[in-house]
Amino acid sequence: MGLFILRRFGVMLLTALCLTFVVFFLTNLYPNLEKLAKTQGNQRMSDEQVANWLENRGYSQPLLVKYGQWLGVAPGFTNTLSDGQVVGNCVRPGVAPEDTATFCGVLQGEWGQSTVFKDDVGAIVSKRLGNTGYLMFWVLVLMIPSALIVGVLAGMKEGSFLDRSLSTFSIITTATPEYVSGVIFIAIFTSSTVGLKWFKGTATSAMDNPTFENFFLPVLTISLYGMGYIARMTRASMTEVMTAQYIRTARLKGVSFPNIVMKHALRNALIAPFTVIMLQFPWLLNGVVIVETLFNYKGFGWALVQAAGNNDIQLLLAISVVSVFVVLFTQLISDIGYVYLNPRIRIS
Amino acid sequence: MEPLSTWEIIGRVLYQFSSVWVALILLFALSVAFKRRLGLYGKLFDSPIGMIGFGLVMFWVFTGIFGALDLIVTHDPLTQVSGMKNKVPGTPMRGAEEGEYAWYLLGGDNLARDVFSRMVSGAWIVVQIAPLATLFAFMVGITLGLPAGYYGGRLDTFLSFLANLILAFPVILLFYLLVTPEIVATGVPNYMAAVLFVFPIVFIGVLLNSRYYTRPNFRTPLLIGVLGVAIWLYLALISTSGYVVNNGDVAIPGLPSVLDPFDIPGGILVVFVSVVFVNSPTVFRIVRGLALDIKTRDYVAAAQTRGEGPWYIMLWEILPNARGPLIVDFCLRIGYTTILLGTLGFFGLGLPPESPDWGSTINEGRKLLSIYLHPALPPALALLSLVLGLNLLADGLREESLKD
Repeated sequence: MGLFILRRFGVMLLTALCLTFVVFFLTNLYPNLEKLAKTQGNQRMSDEQVANWLENRGYSQPLLVKYGQWLGVAPGFTNTLSDGQVVGNCVRPGVAPEDTATFCGVLQGEWGQSTVFKDDVGAIVSKRLGNTGYLMFWVLVLMIPSALIVGVLAGMKEGSFLDRSLSTFSIITTATPEYVSGVIFIAIFTSSTVGLKWFKGTATSAMDNPTFENFFLPVLTISLYGMGYIARMTRASMTEVMTAQYIRTARLKGVSFPNIVMKHALRNALIAPFTVIMLQFPWLLNGVVIVETLFNYKGFGWALVQAAGNNDIQLLLAISVVSVFVVLFTQLISDIGYVYLNPRIRIS
Repeated sequence: MEPLSTWEIIGRVLYQFSSVWVALILLFALSVAFKRRLGLYGKLFDSPIGMIGFGLVMFWVFTGIFGALDLIVTHDPLTQVSGMKNKVPGTPMRGAEEGEYAWYLLGGDNLARDVFSRMVSGAWIVVQIAPLATLFAFMVGITLGLPAGYYGGRLDTFLSFLANLILAFPVILLFYLLVTPEIVATGVPNYMAAVLFVFPIVFIGVLLNSRYYTRPNFRTPLLIGVLGVAIWLYLALISTSGYVVNNGDVAIPGLPSVLDPFDIPGGILVVFVSVVFVNSPTVFRIVRGLALDIKTRDYVAAAQTRGEGPWYIMLWEILPNARGPLIVDFCLRIGYTTILLGTLGFFGLGLPPESPDWGSTINEGRKLLSIYLHPALPPALALLSLVLGLNLLADGLREESLKD
């Protein structure tokens, strides 16, 4: 088991390295750098000035050198401009040029400076992750219990009216991406034309002061899309368990139906959904980006859109590292949890 | 002229769709009449869920096709008409000329364009891209997934690592990295297209060769004919006005314009390539899993004993026996591709901003959602019903194929 986890960590690191290199390559293509130079410097720079700007700030070094600098295995770039300003990837505002560190990469715990927000990337990412974490917490609180309840109720009696209606409900939710359900919810619950002004159409105020009124709609929008899928998996696993021999035995012995569901079926039926819930996280990450844009909630997804839209290389790299680790970690947890929940499977 | 009442709007919208209704009724009547002779497709008409799903899907397919043939749209989806900005559904056009449709059936958007016509034209974009992109993703996934599952070993480890690598990317980040004007300028999507579009040719070539290589005098002309057409289409697909990539620094000559029957606009090509790229790793995993399962069956062992080649076994023994789950996943995946296309439009990536595709229209409509509902809701409901139809269709197919 220990070796298994260790190997998975190795694969995880390798994946993160490959992915960040891909992101690094794509963000460092010349047209992207040109855009960065024009947004940071001056929109009307000539081609020559752009090349000069990039040269002065170390963007024209070979790709591998720049990647090494970001990782912290190559010494950081420094240069003194003609007006005496010192620039480079290790230069921080308020730190004297002679105190500047030689190495400043991920290995040193430095994530670089964001060119859009003019701030330390680590600070931005942790602040935005905090906002998104809060959102995700409530999404999970709403989504998992309701999905499991819907799935178990539908799977109790296959083919019953309850099963048919709940299954239809879950198919509809899986067919509704966040940008559709969000728009429909905003239209119904916040618009002045319909008149049901129950909720607020933006969640901007929810960052400081989350209330039911401004926070429920984003949470509901993300949860609905993932819910249908988990519910369908739960239903499938529940129907399978309900046809098992030991359930029939319990029935023939005269155990009451609620007792069979609660005590005999439920535990075995919940193994499969657990894996599904864990594998749902990457999808939730997508939902978060859409919903945060739709409701203007400044979290991780919002930062991703800002960073990608402005070619903010360092911020984009940090964001991809975080999301890769979220994806791979949840995969690992789902594998380990599956073994733990199901004693029939053991990793040799 | 008076604005239309709600019932008049509904009646007129239904009337605009009359060609679709006729086509749907004909299709259903013919299919139900001959359903015993139509195999799995015919069995679909035994399950009510499958029929509803198929109906919804075909409704949008016919809407897309007839919309492109100008049978449904009432106005040009890109023309702005003065005085129609944000007007509610059923508003009559001021000074409508002879032969012009006199109302905006579902109102006007914030640039005074007809919402109804934009929704119908959006269907055509989806109907063109989504099934084809899914098909390409399947070709890539099958061509790589079958050997990975069948041979196993290093090849499998390597390909699975690559697939997991792509799957670990959040889709939206990938879209933001691939589908920007700057990246298009570097020609990266063209290179990706050149690589990804090879797979269908390889697939077809290997498929035919493994089947007919025992009969060389039939195989050779067949392969020359089929691959000739396929390679010509491939070159036409990846080259625009005589070049594969032409961005000032690099110029790779492609098919000369004389032989090039169609040019794909840069925006559509990027969207297409990125959607194929995102979908193929998942298909790869499914096919690999199925191949791992099926290769232990007796008929595979029988074929091996007979001395059949590995590609014959993969493509003519394993693949046909994996068709059930693959067809079901194909339907689900078209729905997922539709959602991805909408996501791209929603973030304003790829397609031009005035394009009538559903994602872009939803994105534009949502900005004024608290005051005007009508520009955003029709495309949202259209997308919802198409994806729902595909999911129901997949469910119906799964139910029917399990009955055998």
